[in-house]
Amino acid sequence: MGSPVETADAVRHVAIAGNPNCGKTTLFNALTGMRQKTGNYPGVTVERKIGRFFGSHGEPMLLLDLPGSYSLQVRSLDEAVSRDVLLGRREDTPRPDVIVAVVDASNLERNLYLVAQLLDLQLPVVLALNMVDMAEQAGIHLDIKGLEEALGIPVIPMIASRGVGLIELRQALSCQPLPMPARKAPIPEAMEREAQALAQELKSAPEVAYSEALLLLTQHEQGLKEQADAATVQRVQAAQQRLRSQGIDPLSALVELRYEWIADICARYARKPEEAAYQLTLSDRLDAYLTHRIWGWLAFVGAMALMFFSIFTLAEYPMEWIEAGQEWVGELAKAWIPEGDLQSLVVDGIIAGVGGVLVFLPQILILFFFLGLLEDSGYMARAAFLMDRLMSSVGLHGKSFIPMLSSYACAIPGIMATRTIENPKDRLVTILVAPLMSCSARLPVYILMIALLLPQGTSWAKAGIMLSMYALGTATAFLMAWLFKRTLLKGETPMLLLELPPYRLPSLRNIVIRMVERAGIFVKRAGTVILALSVILWALLTYPKPADPEIPRGEALAQSYAGKMGHAIEPFIKPLGYDWKIGVGLIGSFAARELFVSTMGMIYNLDDEHAEEVDSVKEVMAKETHPDGSPVYTPLVCIGLMVFYVLAMQCISTVAVVRRETNSWKWPLFQIAYMTALAWIGAFLVVHIGRLFGFS
Amino acid sequence: MSSEAISQQTGAPVVLSELSVGKKGRVVRFDLPPDQAGRLAEMGLTRGSVVELVRIAPLGDPIDIKVRGYHLSLRKREAAGVVIELL
Repeated sequence: MGSPVETADAVRHVAIAGNPNCGKTTLFNALTGMRQKTGNYPGVTVERKIGRFFGSHGEPMLLLDLPGSYSLQVRSLDEAVSRDVLLGRREDTPRPDVIVAVVDASNLERNLYLVAQLLDLQLPVVLALNMVDMAEQAGIHLDIKGLEEALGIPVIPMIASRGVGLIELRQALSCQPLPMPARKAPIPEAMEREAQALAQELKSAPEVAYSEALLLLTQHEQGLKEQADAATVQRVQAAQQRLRSQGIDPLSALVELRYEWIADICARYARKPEEAAYQLTLSDRLDAYLTHRIWGWLAFVGAMALMFFSIFTLAEYPMEWIEAGQEWVGELAKAWIPEGDLQSLVVDGIIAGVGGVLVFLPQILILFFFLGLLEDSGYMARAAFLMDRLMSSVGLHGKSFIPMLSSYACAIPGIMATRTIENPKDRLVTILVAPLMSCSARLPVYILMIALLLPQGTSWAKAGIMLSMYALGTATAFLMAWLFKRTLLKGETPMLLLELPPYRLPSLRNIVIRMVERAGIFVKRAGTVILALSVILWALLTYPKPADPEIPRGEALAQSYAGKMGHAIEPFIKPLGYDWKIGVGLIGSFAARELFVSTMGMIYNLDDEHAEEVDSVKEVMAKETHPDGSPVYTPLVCIGLMVFYVLAMQCISTVAVVRRETNSWKWPLFQIAYMTALAWIGAFLVVHIGRLFGFS
Repeated sequence: MSSEAISQQTGAPVVLSELSVGKKGRVVRFDLPPDQAGRLAEMGLTRGSVVELVRIAPLGDPIDIKVRGYHLSLRKREAAGVVIELL
């Protein structure tokens, strides 16, 4: 977010912890307003949200929104970050002074499990009992005093979405000194002794040693070996053996005892209505339709179609405005800067580069608006529930579906949307295959090649070819996902554990904040890379300058570095039936696929006005011949080129986003390599199999 | 006869993946790798907890169960490792 977050004067560091779907982020937004900032934890792609708020005496405090987690015994990257911050293991984030444990009052039993673990941390804890209105609606009778007494920590009833309870929460956080939890969550006595003994031997700081010891003691063998050195593993295993000999299973005894404790607390102080009075909630009734065999699919297809259609159509207008604005600024620059290299750099390099970044913004904003709606309403989990079977057939998770679908519009928001996939391998596979889905930038290329291929074709035939290109991309994406899950990113198929939260009215405020965040991340981080690469590409197409400035631009382009590269790659693309001019087109469109049309226009000496038009480019291309007089753009070459563009990466913006989302250059480079190889093989097969069957 | 029907007569344990929609059971034990069993327990599916099979996804997998008052979805593959007694 825009406003800076001043941290130096904060008197307290407050961390918000809680399960996913408990309203953590709503509470964070309610406390901080716009005084917040989103970034990444260094080294991992886990979102780090910090903000600033004021205690009840106006003292500034720092607020950290930890990623949602179900347990400190971690299973995902998000949970690992939460645990590490709470245990003070991260150098970039100091250990908090107090924890706000947010729980959903209508789903108290499971939510309190994490709270029980937080009580072990030897930090002050304040319980934000959120969504008390939902609990009341469900007929749950909450006894706040009783809960405070049983848990030993202050309990603040809240409705964060309406700001109810914020004043009381601020008061509790301003308390001087902050009270430590008056109680500990129960633990089998023998286990506590072992944990205390183990804590003495760990090298951790004394205030976290007990928690660390307890987490190790309840860890299974595999997890232990990943977390601790050999000596510690041995020590822990010996302790586990001693416990087992006393009939205590270290892995399950603590969890079971704590759930018993929680169930007892809930039975007393969060009484549910009698079974007889219990009615199906609105959420349950909605689910009967939204996950129904027929209605469920209709609703799903409808929702996806609406989202997809909006990205395609609504985004068109702002995209046109941005393009018009870019042109206007370009004209302005032309008027101010004298003709020459500087003008060309500013207009064709920088302004075109910035425009190339901004033009994606409308699609990103619209997609994230819909994703926010789907996520906040609880429908996203149902979509994953519906699609999981299909996606698991290629080894992916139901949650991979929406990023892949979004990539039909544009791979950039699709790849940014993969953050909802917890499993890092699944997420990476989804990122790797998402650009294979035919995005809207491929359309101009398809349209040009289809026009060349079928000058007299009916609309149906043209649409048929177009559709088969989309099908080819989709099938390849699934095939590659399957392949990657079996080779490169092999590993246990992680189990699906998907909470289906009750449906809720989404909060517009949360959604808008997240939209702006995403847009900011894209412009700031990806934008700089895109701009730099655009300038480099501009230089390749411009330099070295021809000695004679009057020669046609096609020849000037031929002499440029890009032209030379076109010549240099000719041997590699000759088997595909391409000449060096198509090679220049491929290089020129490396930044963005749609640039293929204008680069081809330039190389065939069209003037500015005509180079952008598919029809005029098509005409000159149709007349183009090899030196021996045979046409360059035979039907097979046209189909081959289309297949090439279906499968090739050809998009700097996607490269930049993948680099950002995977935190390394390794994966985007791999992606360019494998997709270019696929594209070459695809085009090669088209041309050569076609020739075998007597086509040309 | 389905294994569920047999269980109803004999009290023999069945697995969660074979429970029919709307039926409830109590978790007896897990035939799962320790990390998976541990995770299910931490999500509230402990030994002794009561589960209800609410629905099966339209494509036949995964399933939606109700445990400790909330809805959780898991695949049949893992549900087949959750041994329950019918209630």
